[in-house]
Amino acid sequence: MAQVSDKPKFVTREEVKMPPLKELTSMRDKIAPGHRLCTGCVAGTILRQMFMAAEAADYTLIIANATGCVEVCTSIYPYTSWKVPWIHNAFENAAATITGVEAAYKALKKKGMLPSDKKVKFVALAGDGGTYDIGFQSLSGAFERNHDFIYVCYDNEAYMNTGIQRSSATPRHASTTTQPAGKVIPGKPQPKKWMPEIAVAHGIPYVAQLAPSNFNDFFKKFTKALNTEGPSYLNIFCTCPRGWRAKEEEGILISKLAVETNYWPLFEVENGSWKINYKPKERKSVVEFLKKQGRFKHMFKSGNEHLIEELQQDVDKRWERLLKLEQL
Amino acid sequence: MAVRLMTERKVVPYTGNMATAEALRQINPDVVAAYPITPQTEIMHFFANYVANGLVDTEFMTVESEHSALSAAVGAAAAGARAMTATAGPGLALMWEILGVASGMRLPIVIPVVNRALSAPINIHCDHSDMMGARDQGCIMLFSENAEEQYDNVIQAVRIAEDERVRLPVIIGMDGFIISHSIENVSLLTDDEVKKFVGKQTLTHSLLDIDNPVTHGPIAMADSYMEFKRQQREAMMNAYKVIREAGEEFAELKGKKYEHIETYKTEDAEYILIVMGSAAGTAKYTVDGLREKGEKVGLIKVRTFRPFPYYDVVDVIDASNVKAIGVMDRAETFGGYSGPLFEEVCTSLYTRGKIYPITGIVYGLGGRDCNLNHIEEAFDVVKRKAAGMDVPPVTYLNLRV
Amino acid sequence: MKGWKNLEIGAVITEPGSSTVYKTGEWRAWRPVFQRENCIDCMICWVFCPDSSIIVEDNKVVAIDYEHCKGCGICAFECPKSKGDNESKKALIMKPEYLFREED
Repeated sequence: MAQVSDKPKFVTREEVKMPPLKELTSMRDKIAPGHRLCTGCVAGTILRQMFMAAEAADYTLIIANATGCVEVCTSIYPYTSWKVPWIHNAFENAAATITGVEAAYKALKKKGMLPSDKKVKFVALAGDGGTYDIGFQSLSGAFERNHDFIYVCYDNEAYMNTGIQRSSATPRHASTTTQPAGKVIPGKPQPKKWMPEIAVAHGIPYVAQLAPSNFNDFFKKFTKALNTEGPSYLNIFCTCPRGWRAKEEEGILISKLAVETNYWPLFEVENGSWKINYKPKERKSVVEFLKKQGRFKHMFKSGNEHLIEELQQDVDKRWERLLKLEQL
Repeated sequence: MAVRLMTERKVVPYTGNMATAEALRQINPDVVAAYPITPQTEIMHFFANYVANGLVDTEFMTVESEHSALSAAVGAAAAGARAMTATAGPGLALMWEILGVASGMRLPIVIPVVNRALSAPINIHCDHSDMMGARDQGCIMLFSENAEEQYDNVIQAVRIAEDERVRLPVIIGMDGFIISHSIENVSLLTDDEVKKFVGKQTLTHSLLDIDNPVTHGPIAMADSYMEFKRQQREAMMNAYKVIREAGEEFAELKGKKYEHIETYKTEDAEYILIVMGSAAGTAKYTVDGLREKGEKVGLIKVRTFRPFPYYDVVDVIDASNVKAIGVMDRAETFGGYSGPLFEEVCTSLYTRGKIYPITGIVYGLGGRDCNLNHIEEAFDVVKRKAAGMDVPPVTYLNLRV
Repeated sequence: MKGWKNLEIGAVITEPGSSTVYKTGEWRAWRPVFQRENCIDCMICWVFCPDSSIIVEDNKVVAIDYEHCKGCGICAFECPKSKGDNESKKALIMKPEYLFREED
């Protein structure tokens, strides 16, 4: 296990220089095309942006992927889209699996049996179901044991791989196949679980929320996670055109709107200190975000105005809490 | 580096858990991940002490569940580490999903199990329902009769699991409390002897080999899944040979020979009991007693449950003068004819065209005592069966009516 | 595919990135048409493309990988040079795939 150091040192935000995109284009993509993610699935963009940061920092990612869209679509035998070492074990154990790999790394290093001495970083990759729900215990245990790894959650706010069932990451009133918007119950009654703060509560050195639309911020945060000793948790917004009933070309736009409406604030937490990385000059109404997506369509019917109001309150409450946390 | 403690062979008074922990220390695995569950806990207590005092080089992961214990072991093994875990009863049940992952991914993980009953009602004592419940998850399964056998089996398991012809997880069961917590004489090998016997693992498709990146655990659709399952059957067939080879080599080292089954006074036996685990010891003693009274009784102890030694069992039965057979199961197969061992024995006989009177006996569930009297009772059932008397499909030993 | 005796055990895949041979371009209903003369090489399309289908050589966008492009349209939608209605000035235009395919 990693030595528990009081306060790991961070590469500061200013120290992370994102090279011009043009320079990054010369790097080799570590995720090959031919994967079968849906048309317009932003998870593909997220993976590419992860590898951009890793390549620029000269890290090889070793990935444990929970069952889910990305896992299924990138590893249909005999094809793999991965150009880095990759393992899928099951749905609920990406964190336990990657910490096993990390422990093996330490053990084999001690024995002088490592096949390579290049820089590696261990990554657990899971959707919101594999993170907020079924993988929660495994994730919590891995954080507490203080392994050196990055946990990446691509959060598309429902079980998309199995057919758009609600998860604890689904926002209030969103329509899913297991909590459809009906005449009596208008979608999911409960608000979204606030995962980042749960991660912070473990006392891990780095937690951040990212959105692929804001690739500069994404690059910096991923680079910081790479350079963090101990566990990092990255909560990444992932538009799902299929599950959200959105237009295929609007995945990045929706990501932008999520950030601009404060639905998906960009922040980071270093050793427990909160910092909001982007404060929209003019806060847009959450309506701008909602109206692009069929999963919220019922909220716009007359008589349902309160549903929008309630979701707006969820967003405002979280933003106000963030502002307070930042003052701590 | 690990410290050499045992430089000379010794016979020590050890419990099964102590003997298992000692084997783990001498094997010096790269990664051990475990979660406490009675009656396995002590193994990890002893092992944690070795870790805390620098007696092993192991990365010891104190995970938050058995599910994560085996999951971490899968990650470690796929990275090329020699990985182990240990559990019992409900812990093995919680691992169940990942047992299939480990065997399907062909990862040589060694898993000592302290056999414990499954809930409900919750019960911490011995029966074999844990391993029997996991019997079709593709792991090799050995059962030990006593603490020394567990020690010997765990050491051999490393070789068996990692053999290129096999590459499967190995589960080694010993009866909870009866073996795990009872002190017996255990003859130990030296550290060097164990180190030499288990050898060094080879890195096969290691996740840490970043210059040759591999994908482990992809999704196999209907066009390839069946081929991989067929490969697993082949690996199990190979394991049959490899377990025997490991046993022979171990015999050269220690003098004690391990085979798939052990027979006890079966040559001229008319009534044979077939049993696994600690009850074999009691049964041997009972056989001796009955033999003194002139009764032609014998015993077959099954050590390898997976792959099941069909030929060995039938050959021994065939070479005896058997009139009837009793198969003792320490697990239920609710709604089946009798227990899982019974089914295996019947299949072995039928497929070789051998039909003998045979009866199922269920005993020792949840730690229910099974002493000499109960084994005698079991022989009585077999005798009644031989005499053509009416015997129910399953006879329960030591059950209040 | 090989028979069971010859497949790598445990379903391990040893050829990294082998999915490239799987042509997801066949899924495409809309085709991004690239007009090099209007491109400013800002690489916005490249950074957002989910399918690694923007081909860049020597810091210049040179083509679309039609073997893998699924036609989501993110590239054209996000392209700063492809706003408005004047097609001749756009760098990326989404056009129906059937215009380019003779079969079916």
